Amino acid sequence: MLPNSDLEELYQQVLLDHSRRPRNFGELTEADATEAGEKVVKVQGDNPSCGDEIVVSVKLADTGLKLADIKFTGQGCAISQASASLMTIKTKGRSRAEVEELIAAFHDLITKQTENPPDILGDLQLLQGVWRFPQRVKCATLAWRALEQALREGSAGVVTTEVEG
Amino acid sequence: MTSDSVNWAAVRADFPILHQEVRGNPLIYFDSAASSQKPRQVIDALSRYYEHDNANVHRGLHELSSRATDAFEAARNKVAKFLNAASADEIIFTRGTTEGINLVAQAYGTRYVKEGDVVLLTEMEHHSNLVPWQLLAERTGATLRFVPVLEDGTLDLSKLPELLTPEVKIFSFTHISNSLGTVNPVADLCRAARAVGAISVVDAAQSAGHLPVDVQALGCDFLALSGHKMCAPTGIGALYGRAEVLEKTPPYHGGGEMIVSVSLQKATYKEAPHRFEAGTPNIAGAVGLGAAVDYLENIGRQNIAAHDGELVRYAQQRMEADVPGIRIIGPRERSGLVGFVMESAHPHDLTTYADRYGLALRGGHHCNQPLMKKFKLPGTSRASFYFYNTKEEIDRMITILQEAARFFS
Ligand SMILES: Cc1ncc(COP(=O)(O)O)c(C=O)c1O
Repeated sequence: MLPNSDLEELYQQVLLDHSRRPRNFGELTEADATEAGEKVVKVQGDNPSCGDEIVVSVKLADTGLKLADIKFTGQGCAISQASASLMTIKTKGRSRAEVEELIAAFHDLITKQTENPPDILGDLQLLQGVWRFPQRVKCATLAWRALEQALREGSAGVVTTEVEG
Repeated sequence: MTSDSVNWAAVRADFPILHQEVRGNPLIYFDSAASSQKPRQVIDALSRYYEHDNANVHRGLHELSSRATDAFEAARNKVAKFLNAASADEIIFTRGTTEGINLVAQAYGTRYVKEGDVVLLTEMEHHSNLVPWQLLAERTGATLRFVPVLEDGTLDLSKLPELLTPEVKIFSFTHISNSLGTVNPVADLCRAARAVGAISVVDAAQSAGHLPVDVQALGCDFLALSGHKMCAPTGIGALYGRAEVLEKTPPYHGGGEMIVSVSLQKATYKEAPHRFEAGTPNIAGAVGLGAAVDYLENIGRQNIAAHDGELVRYAQQRMEADVPGIRIIGPRERSGLVGFVMESAHPHDLTTYADRYGLALRGGHHCNQPLMKKFKLPGTSRASFYFYNTKEEIDRMITILQEAARFFS
């Protein structure tokens, strides 16, 4: 069987490594919000038809202007888990404005062919191969959708990306 | 049992869609449990109907309308014979299994199931044989009970006496599980239902096109099937209802075709099956289903079952012997499908991988979410076979699975 370049681009070793050994795996609790102006928000992302599940918990500081900490737990396909793992690394410690910029840039990266991805994406470019697999976009965006919801605070709950995919 | 009398290569040649490449590889279609492919004979029957006979049924006095009506009713006769129904009046055309089960739940269930009554199901039901009963339970205050599934993927029949009590009004179960491949002992279950005065409803979505199904021998009251899983077009199916039960079942949908006379306040309804077929039916679909029935009868469902069986045994044996880290889910004695998980790859990643090599598998929960939960699986991959598949295709699948095991580990 000949190697398939689309598959090799999609499932790079680093990505498979993130899915097997996810970084920042775990949950934050109320007790992690120790300073004034800090708040922990938890959002569940659920794609029932795929079986992908992710819980993203974030600690917002400076009354919501900064993403001080982020962790996730979950189970599912390699794309959903690696995307969540990479997302936590890239967003931790950033300002809300930067995180929002990342969310938008990441969405573009995996839904259309991008010649020169913005530098801010860094390692997230590992997921660029997803754009050739439209059915898998929902896997890559599940954690991000949960993060987006978490940034809206208060209105936490369960989110899904299945209608998109 | 062997199926040597059939020229399987010639049969395969009847399916135009199978002879194509997908992403540079020959298509291997192992997703017939989701929807089967269609032979030239069925496709031609549809074109012929639209090119020569198309009109509405039962309502025109002109030539085309009578031809369309004849073709439609001839298809009903074919389905009746296919299922060995006592009469063609016991065959209702539907959109598929899902609509057939909803018809029973809504028309029969709403009239005869009361608060405190029980609908008995099993833990291996497709969502289409679960959700309609949940809706009925909500409407009527009835409760649902479930025959458990054992570790090996078969029903725990030892629990039947305590579950199948006189409060049970309906016992609805699948003939063949679409994710486990389990073949249930339908005749025994129908007999047990009758013994407590319950009616039996059989989901034959996975069986009707794969093995001989004789409603009188099975002793069921209702049996639902989908045309698209047995070589017919999508959007057509049939519901068998035993005459005695259909007679006392009120209408399902209201509209044209199902009435005898209508005044502004009231209507009187036709006898079965027309009472259950409101509106212009899927005439072409029924014609296609009739052609599919002819096609399958010509090969013989004994032969089809034997061929499916050979393929699935071969697949199972090769998967276990030659693919590292694979686990097959479900009983050893199975219908023509195997559900499995691979240690190194999630079902969705494996399906994506296989697709790039032209292999169509299904990955996911297969509309069996409660069952997957019970087995603590995120889903499975499924290879499902039909009589147009070959051992060579299985060999290619094994190579792809072996490569995938390497790729993902
Ligand atoms: C066991 C079983 N029951 C019911 C159905 C529903 O059939 P349809 O979607 O054709 O109504 C299916 C098909 O997926 C099935 O496998």
